[in-house]
Amino acid sequence: MTTWATAAPAISAAFLGSLVEVVEAFTIVLAVATVRGWRPALTGTAAGFGLLAVLVLVLGPVLDRVPLQALQLVIGVLLLLFGLRWLRKAILRSAGVIALHDETLAFAKETAELSESARHGDRHLDWIAGLAAFKAVVLEGVEVVFIVIAVGAGRGLLWPASLGALAACLLVLAIGVIVHRPLARVPENTLKFGVGVMLSAFGIYWTGEGLGVEWLGHDAAILVLALGFLAVGLGLASLVRRPRQELA
Amino acid sequence: MHVLRLIVNELFGMFVDDEFLALSVIGVVIAAAIVATVFHASSVGTGLVLVVGCIGVLMSSVVQGAGR
Repeated sequence: MTTWATAAPAISAAFLGSLVEVVEAFTIVLAVATVRGWRPALTGTAAGFGLLAVLVLVLGPVLDRVPLQALQLVIGVLLLLFGLRWLRKAILRSAGVIALHDETLAFAKETAELSESARHGDRHLDWIAGLAAFKAVVLEGVEVVFIVIAVGAGRGLLWPASLGALAACLLVLAIGVIVHRPLARVPENTLKFGVGVMLSAFGIYWTGEGLGVEWLGHDAAILVLALGFLAVGLGLASLVRRPRQELA
Repeated sequence: MHVLRLIVNELFGMFVDDEFLALSVIGVVIAAAIVATVFHASSVGTGLVLVVGCIGVLMSSVVQGAGR
């Protein structure tokens, strides 16, 4: 039976990971809506959600047929690749080695591209705008689907993980509708740092389970692994931190 | 086709950004699998290879990235 203690890490990892991706997709959809109106933006978004739904419906039954240990190993390795990549980037960003992701800049870039097409009198602009929204939803949504499957599959936690992702979608949508602008104040790198830590911990845990490791403390080992990655991540960020004048 | 190519590129990019990091992680997992199956190591031994290996790979990749 799924308890709150086992579901909570899956819900929070899916929620935080999805929050980052949904904010990025929302920024593009909002840019499309600002330049060309809500019709192409919502059409593209709906088509993107449709494709993601098909992906989930196809992947779901396939996952049930894969032996548990093989599934844990494959998902564990993918989570390690995904989580460590996020953590590495978040460490380098927080240390000032690479630039932070800027939602306002992303919004301005997308708006400028669509406005430029409008100036050239592109007759298919609504179609192009809808496609931009579709691409944003599909590309960011694929990552959300992976996060949900990765933290939920193999332990019967797909529903809690899906609820975490859904909560992230609804939260971004609600805030977006209220403020009606890119969610630039969302601390994207801090979220990525936290999610990178959690996904890396999940990755080691699943990979170990796939290789037959019986972790001390069972599920509690995920928390210990996460704390270890957090300490290493913070230590590395301060080790490679660049003085401000070097960034100029 | 353009959208399909974008999706495939995005999927690949989800897991591989720094090739050194990706290949090293795979190397650590293979090492842990060898320790577990060939040497019949205990859970502690296999787990240690995974934890120490992945943290070592992360440290090395971050230091390399900072030096670029």
